Amino acid sequence: MNKLRIGYIPLVDAAALVVAVDCGFAAKESIDVELVREVSWSNVRDKLNIGLFDAAHLLSPVAIASSLGIGHVRVPIIAPFNLGLNGNAITVSPKLYAGLLGLADGNLADPIVSARALARLVEERQSRNAEPLTFGMTFPFSNHNYQLRFWMAAGGIDPDEDVRLVVLPPPYMVESLASGHVDGFCVGAPWNSVAVDSGVGRILHFGSEIMARASEKVLAVREPWANENPATLSALIRALAAASGFIADPNNLQAVSTAIAKRIGVNAELVARSLSGGLKIAPDGTVRTDSRYMMIGGDGASRPDPVQAAWLYAQMVRWGQVGLSEELLDLSQAVFRPDLYDEALGVAPAPDAVEPSDRIGTFIGSGFDAADVASYLSAWRTKRPGRPRLSVVR
Amino acid sequence: MTRRQECFAYGRAPCDGGAAAEIVTVAETRKGADQPSHGAQPQGGPRDSSLKIAIVDESPIRAAILEDGLREAGFVHVEHITETHNLLARVYAIDPDVILIDLESPSRDMLEQMFQMSRVVKRPVAMFVDQSDSASIQAAVDAGVSAYIVDGLKKERITSILDLCISRFNAFSRLQTELDRAKDALDERKVIDRAKGVLMKAKKFSEEEAYALMRKTAMNENKKIVEIAQSVLTAAELFK
Repeated sequence: MNKLRIGYIPLVDAAALVVAVDCGFAAKESIDVELVREVSWSNVRDKLNIGLFDAAHLLSPVAIASSLGIGHVRVPIIAPFNLGLNGNAITVSPKLYAGLLGLADGNLADPIVSARALARLVEERQSRNAEPLTFGMTFPFSNHNYQLRFWMAAGGIDPDEDVRLVVLPPPYMVESLASGHVDGFCVGAPWNSVAVDSGVGRILHFGSEIMARASEKVLAVREPWANENPATLSALIRALAAASGFIADPNNLQAVSTAIAKRIGVNAELVARSLSGGLKIAPDGTVRTDSRYMMIGGDGASRPDPVQAAWLYAQMVRWGQVGLSEELLDLSQAVFRPDLYDEALGVAPAPDAVEPSDRIGTFIGSGFDAADVASYLSAWRTKRPGRPRLSVVR
Repeated sequence: MTRRQECFAYGRAPCDGGAAAEIVTVAETRKGADQPSHGAQPQGGPRDSSLKIAIVDESPIRAAILEDGLREAGFVHVEHITETHNLLARVYAIDPDVILIDLESPSRDMLEQMFQMSRVVKRPVAMFVDQSDSASIQAAVDAGVSAYIVDGLKKERITSILDLCISRFNAFSRLQTELDRAKDALDERKVIDRAKGVLMKAKKFSEEEAYALMRKTAMNENKKIVEIAQSVLTAAELFK
């Protein structure tokens, strides 16, 4: 048996790893996986980097940032399997929700309506010198950060100037919202549901309403490790693919939810809600359903898509985390390895997802073109150039 | 997955204040080889004593041990940041040259945000552990600690700090392991004593006879005495 140590953060989107290990798919491929629970993305990244972990459940943008050497030392990471698409949500305090409701010129379930309402609220607060609104997200290199920014900017807000964005560990989110430390946050499952259930928050948008397909977490391995252990990696990919297929079948919802709930320490019903995409969004029991809310296994979600990597790189450039160059774009795309996925599963390269047509599907703006990131980004150029692009927390 | 681990990583609240969670994590991260626990000396002359050091650790005992060690080594500006709530604001207020953080603190991700602000913050902070020194990275991670330093500070200047940090973290984990063992032993004694009491009362045994019977039974059944004692207590409970 090949023994592997794999680090993960207790979130629903670690599902494929949990099910692979706890439901026997890894054993079937003769790999013996020890899943090691971690408390911070920094730890997961560092332990993967220095070889304490063979593989990890990692934020997709962290895999890219690590390979580019931004924000940290450069360690080439590859992502041969996509653990999940989407799965985040933006949750706001009842007070902020009421404020948005009063300023909305339409249905707040529409992200452009909510973004414009937020911009009006921000302006109103600035006019009376009120403290800026504060939003929590999980890591500088995360979809949570990029989704919040994309949404806010669509309404005309400069996320670096007009609001505060702060990193908060997911387990602290609900408490921070309850205490008023933040007015809203973007986080993965199950934390939005925890906030709704405890009556301190209301889900405003699913991440999938901001963008239809976003690579959320990948299976990350060091590139040299992948080169030295091709057979083991292939076996791991097969185990994860089988587990993801099992998760995607609604008949297995209960078994899957129970396994994940046991690992991450919440009740299974909460996990089932996230996996099925039917989330209670308000304390009054209102449910919103979106089959794209969290995509694991189905609809080509498992195969790494370099267009997704290019999109994430474009977000890093847009928000000033890294410069724009063809070389960095190529390096970013090379992190996602559909070739290793295809090889492990012995399948012909899958056709690209047909819907959305640009494979990202943002709620506003022209389609994304990985071949011309510069033009794509120029459309988003802020009206107020020359400012520091990153938020300061004081 | 033990319940204690779940408790630790998922709900900080139930574990706060108790040393239990820390014991689990420190013991987990600890690996084998005992290292000499003292002997770190400040290097590079008097300039280093002026370095400002911030400690982010949710274990007050371990933070105190580390703080003492740093002071003994001649560092006078040492501060322990206890609140996670306003971590970054505190860091800015202290304006440290070196930040030492417990790897089991989820707050670590909050510190990472500072790298992203390097262009607008006066004193950028960078990760100390770079690829060039994998032995010390390993040692630090094994001990359960990580360090950040102000960009531009020479690595040699903080080697002594990191060494000291690693040795104190390891010393702390040894201490906790010993405490754990002592506590387990104490618990075992209590169970055995109560079982002796039950046997003495039920069979009119002397204390020695009661112990001898349990000892003999344990040997015959290839079990620990404490297990037999526990069975006696369980049985006594059933016969009540």
